[in-house]
Amino acid sequence: MSTTDRLTGRLNNDAVLIVGVVLALYALFVVFGVLIGLDADGIVSTLRRLTFLTAVYALLALALNLQWGYTGLFNIGVAGFMAVGAYTMAMLTAPVDPGAGGVPGLGLPLWVGIVGGMVAAGLVGGLTALPALRLRADYLAIVTLALSEIIRLTYNSTTFQRFSVAGAELGTGGASGIPGPVNPVSTVYYTDPASPASPPTALGGAIFDFFGGFGLENTTVIGWTYTLVLVVFVGLFYFLLTRVGNSPFGRVLKAIREDELVASSLGKNTQWFKIKTFVLGCALMGLAGILWQGSQSLITPALFLPIVTFYVFVALIIGGSGSNTGSVIGGGLFAGLLFLGPTFVGRIVDASFDLGGAPSTFTDAAATLGSLDAAPLLAYSLDRVSTLRFVLLGIVLVYLMQRRPEGLLGYRKEPAAAVDLSRRDAPEGGGGPAATDGGERR
Amino acid sequence: MGIADTYSRGRRLVVERPLVLVLGLVAVLFLLDLARKVTAGSLSVASLATFLEEGLILGLVLGLAGVGLSMTYAILGFANFAHGDYISAGAFAGWATTYVIGGLGTLPLGDLLLLGVSGDANAGTVGASVTSTPVATLVGFVVAVAFAALLTLGIDRLAFKPMREQEGIALLIASIGVALALRYVLAFVFGTSSSGLTAGDPSILTIPPITIPDFAILGFEISGVAVLRSPISITAHELTLTFGAVALLVGVHLLLQRTKLGTAMRAMADNRDLARVTGIPTESVVRATWLVGGGLSGAAGYLIVLWRGTIAFDFGWVLLLLIFAAVILGGIGSVYGAMFGGLTIGIAQNLSLIWLPSEFSTAAAFGVMILVLIFKPAGLFGGVTTA
Repeated sequence: MSTTDRLTGRLNNDAVLIVGVVLALYALFVVFGVLIGLDADGIVSTLRRLTFLTAVYALLALALNLQWGYTGLFNIGVAGFMAVGAYTMAMLTAPVDPGAGGVPGLGLPLWVGIVGGMVAAGLVGGLTALPALRLRADYLAIVTLALSEIIRLTYNSTTFQRFSVAGAELGTGGASGIPGPVNPVSTVYYTDPASPASPPTALGGAIFDFFGGFGLENTTVIGWTYTLVLVVFVGLFYFLLTRVGNSPFGRVLKAIREDELVASSLGKNTQWFKIKTFVLGCALMGLAGILWQGSQSLITPALFLPIVTFYVFVALIIGGSGSNTGSVIGGGLFAGLLFLGPTFVGRIVDASFDLGGAPSTFTDAAATLGSLDAAPLLAYSLDRVSTLRFVLLGIVLVYLMQRRPEGLLGYRKEPAAAVDLSRRDAPEGGGGPAATDGGERR
Repeated sequence: MGIADTYSRGRRLVVERPLVLVLGLVAVLFLLDLARKVTAGSLSVASLATFLEEGLILGLVLGLAGVGLSMTYAILGFANFAHGDYISAGAFAGWATTYVIGGLGTLPLGDLLLLGVSGDANAGTVGASVTSTPVATLVGFVVAVAFAALLTLGIDRLAFKPMREQEGIALLIASIGVALALRYVLAFVFGTSSSGLTAGDPSILTIPPITIPDFAILGFEISGVAVLRSPISITAHELTLTFGAVALLVGVHLLLQRTKLGTAMRAMADNRDLARVTGIPTESVVRATWLVGGGLSGAAGYLIVLWRGTIAFDFGWVLLLLIFAAVILGGIGSVYGAMFGGLTIGIAQNLSLIWLPSEFSTAAAFGVMILVLIFKPAGLFGGVTTA
């Protein structure tokens, strides 16, 4: 078997794995949707939300995997780098003259904004990396977390709500946020992309009519279109990062992760490698921030709380740090089972059992436990599924770190050699004799 | 000789650590600017004193919370991100007790336990404060300490003990999980809104205005100046917090220096394997560390709420980065460093208000921490990792 065959073989395996996980999640959520009693449009838009979240968490987990999984850089400032990307993009592309109460920007085209956002996130990453990488891993964690909070507080401040640089008016919008640009996907569907009330384009009308026949709303169709764009980006990230990981550059990164002293003894300038990784990873996080939060109608500082970073970490840890395939699968499992799942299970229980009105306080809910009536407590819990979700998340995180810190696919043996080193099988021709040492045949 | 020595040392500093020099210069500039602002009158002495006072109190609290964090960091070897939520949990337990004692008989138990999430139990009806309900406050404080200590020990048994041999980062991630779970259990029980808890905080001590009268030195007539134009008042809660925090910090000092347990802790912080070889029962020292660290976090949480008068499910988490800043500034593992770091961060955060808008004061404290980490990663008390 040649190297390329082996590589494509593994890629195929991984692709089958990813598609399998996604299909299983789809099946689960179709069942959920049917149990809740959603119509076709409801189910399809549920699947869209699942796919969207899977894609964004996969993007972020992939970028983080480059830093943490490959190089061992413990960056818990992901939300901050996302914020830099999304905000820079929004500030560059916002209209120069936004009208009353709007936030002025530079009015540049969207692609300039996206590139600018990535460059800004990469630059901030580089500036962080220069001094911070000399630190121990736990110090780096605290520095990056503090940095992401400084970034968020800065965007939140009224000081930079509006300011001018070299005569140009700019602003972050402060706590109320800055509007995101018009999603370019709408140009396919509407003659006036900014207004869904405008008449659809010829192509858009045809697509609307086709899917409308299946009972799908126009917004669902547009949402799916953008989600598919995200899926393409997941593919691009995956391809790029797999190439990076398998390149000589990537081998040095893995060497740094395993033992930095050895890597530097072999003449590798490990600091420089780490800085480059940090810049690349942060730029990708910035792009993921643009693709995710930048697609919202309003970008606010509250979207970039540290909890987002922990979500990404959970996704990566589930999948297995060090594995790109694991990152994508982790994104899917996190989005499906931990993020959306509890809400749906809550809705199903709510729809199938009559628990009576939920008590408004915990003591009222727990008071009936003495008489062995758990229904009020259950109803109270169902009202607060989104709170309990965090508890579940915390417990899963602790459990994973105790039982399976390498995740589902983490630290798989990745051949570093360009030639096939796997053991050759016994000569072809029938079953052959059983292994004499009593071991299994490989 | 002396001059040449000083010169060569200065030269080394300039050549080898130019950034430290720049940082020092910036600090001196800030101090000069501060002096200029005070003498020019754009900053009154009274408001400077208020900044210092607030900073000192915040610093004591951060120090108190930081000592526990620093101890567990030194002995167990990981940054415990759940520490902030131990603070919240202790505070909730303590204040629920205070409310139950303060309002029992007049208000329903359920409302009191939930600290006024619903019903009529609130700051006005319970009227909790040090002066009006001293017994309830004291019992609440004790419960906060005991609850946080036991909770910490329980969580160690469930979450951290099975991972004792793993590296710091794995434990750090697990502690983030513990923090999430604990914080949202609090949110589940007590709700997510923040509520006012204490009734009026009477001022019990007032520093009167100070004026230096006209006087003459060596024939020069110097006209008097009003150093402090308006009086500064110190409230009962501020005083309680100050005394409580100082007493506990002295207690920790005595524990570490005078007791056998303290010696064992310091030995473990220095070299765990060596400590075990010499026959120190490391596992029970770890347990004692959690008990002391957790108890201090509960005390800090209770006192913070007493001082601020409000409680929210995530207030400990919000404080956590500041506590880390304090601990890192002093040098992780050093208890005295944590006390010193707490005071520095608290005062720095409040003094930053002189130059920066208030929305940046937290960012300024984080900035100080990042600078310290970059220029002196071992902290100001670095090298003294004797718990």
